[in-house]
Amino acid sequence: MNDKKVMVEIEGVNKIYGGTNHVVKDLSISVYEGEFLTLLGSSGCGKTTTLRMVAGFEEPTSGSIKVAGVNIENQEPFERNVNTVFQSYALFPHMTIFDNVAYGLKIKKTAKAEIKERVTNMLDLVQLGGFEKRYPSQLSGGQKQRVAIARALINRPQVLLLDEPLGALDLKLRKQMQLELKRLQKKLNITFIYVTHDQEEALTMSDRIAIMNDGVLEQIGTPTDIYERPASKFVATFIGETNLFEGCVSGIEGDAVSVTLETGTVTAKGSDYQMNEMVAISVRPERMQYSFEPVEGFTIEASVKEQVYVGSILKAIVILPNGNEVKIERLAGQSIPTDGKVYLYWNEDDAKLIHSRSQVFFDAVENMTFSSVS
Amino acid sequence: MSKHKMKSQTIPALTMVGPVTLWLAFFVAIPLLYVLVMSFCSLDSHYNVQFQFTLDNYRRLFDANYVQIYLQSLLIAFLTTLICIVIAYPFSFIIARTLSKKKAILYMLVIIPFWTNSLIRIYGWRTFLGTNGWLNNTLQTLHLTGAPIEFLFNRGTTVLGMVYCLFPFMVLPLYTAIEKLDTNLLEASSDLGARGKTTFLKVILPLTASGIFSGSIMVFIPCLGFFFVSDILGGGNADVIGNLIERQFQSGNNWPLGAALSIILIALTLLLVKLYQKCGGDMDSLGV
Repeated sequence: MNDKKVMVEIEGVNKIYGGTNHVVKDLSISVYEGEFLTLLGSSGCGKTTTLRMVAGFEEPTSGSIKVAGVNIENQEPFERNVNTVFQSYALFPHMTIFDNVAYGLKIKKTAKAEIKERVTNMLDLVQLGGFEKRYPSQLSGGQKQRVAIARALINRPQVLLLDEPLGALDLKLRKQMQLELKRLQKKLNITFIYVTHDQEEALTMSDRIAIMNDGVLEQIGTPTDIYERPASKFVATFIGETNLFEGCVSGIEGDAVSVTLETGTVTAKGSDYQMNEMVAISVRPERMQYSFEPVEGFTIEASVKEQVYVGSILKAIVILPNGNEVKIERLAGQSIPTDGKVYLYWNEDDAKLIHSRSQVFFDAVENMTFSSVS
Repeated sequence: MSKHKMKSQTIPALTMVGPVTLWLAFFVAIPLLYVLVMSFCSLDSHYNVQFQFTLDNYRRLFDANYVQIYLQSLLIAFLTTLICIVIAYPFSFIIARTLSKKKAILYMLVIIPFWTNSLIRIYGWRTFLGTNGWLNNTLQTLHLTGAPIEFLFNRGTTVLGMVYCLFPFMVLPLYTAIEKLDTNLLEASSDLGARGKTTFLKVILPLTASGIFSGSIMVFIPCLGFFFVSDILGGGNADVIGNLIERQFQSGNNWPLGAALSIILIALTLLLVKLYQKCGGDMDSLGV
């Protein structure tokens, strides 16, 4: 990635509303040319504000935004070579589909014949050929979305900004549009900045994901990076489900860190940790191992609470002596504990050691997980 | 069973529609019919109405003096409507785009004058603009003029009074139309490269045209009939169709002719409303 040209450079951007409401905090992100970058976070995390600052609808309180090396933070939206796809589509209701898509070209005073050709091609590209004479009110949600995308893409923007564009669609259509958008992006090789609160959508579509929480960039990386190597407890719990084992560093030998949990001491791999530091070990439910016999190196005993059947996967919820729940997930057909006592353990590579931050922060994360875990 | 069902549906329906029908019959249909019949009646030598069919009243409507007043009436209505649009459009835009607390205050400023009789308010203008009125007194005190200026009794002051009376009728539909305007559309237009002026012409204006349209209808039509405004502020120099009608029923004592004039005014109104409907106007926004 690093040899690629930077298309959008957000540097030290802050956005403060009314002097006190700090929505985006010292944000720095580089988006590469032709990249599909997703800003992911729950509502109110500042992701949409960030997008609107790139589009020009909001002005950063401080910091700079560059597109293709040029500072744009003082340019009006109509001067920027970026286009936006709005969550509400924002199609002009009094214009036909043709006129909607042709809007940007007409303003640039493009020749009529060229407009006609480009609109026709663009509508074909989004599979809406033949819809030219219809009005937005005569289209379904998915079709309106395609028009909105066509209307933005026809201007050949350097960057396309998408603000939860699939939010209003039903699940099936959303899945289909996700793949289509991704295909379109690869085909046209346009830089996409995509805002969503749907972590699955982010994992499916993105080249890289930037996770934001309360105006702060928590982590930026490829979907695999983020899922496999979460940098914080927030990321670990926000992306997919996970089991967190809280503990305290009680020994360091090279990259082997001993962590004392309530139930005993285990070792995990990690560097950059200090003695007595509060940490958490994150183990994904599908990586959680169990045995009916005690396992060497682990002393985590649990009793099975319930089993949940979710179509293609099986879930078991087991309870630790301290009352915390741990989830175990297996593909259908594999075995899963049904009742009684089990001993939990994990393979060293499946356990991720994470720094614990302040308790206040941790509480905030805990509250978020209830609404965000799918 | 089905009979019971029928019964329970028809009886309330009748009780619902019945009073409205009676109301419309007594206060709309019968008076209108009365005016229509009256317009074909003739007068005897003592100005008593006689039920004798004649088309004379309609023939007199084409009298050059009358035609001149129709034209003047249309001109006054047109100017009033135009001025109302020009003032009300930015005003409505400001109300619609202001935050809730100030919005209520601005909105009330439009509504409150409604609570005072318009006749009294028009007399207020006369007191203000008269040769011995506040404006002239102030100008003279400031030595800006030597002698009082005659502001009153012309088309200008009549239009002023009309605008003053009918302004809210322009603001309300405009406000509704502008309020409905999705700000995302304005952002989308800007995002696609349009400057403010282009966005206004291509997006804002077409999408609020319905408001301008219904506001115009609601200002234009009353303008033709608001005789008290031209009476008080126009002093006979700016008569509208309403003045002609009023005069026939009052001093002229010629009810059949007044009725014929009324029929013309009603016909003109219906024509305008029909036109409005034809152009895609929404009847609901007229409160009809």
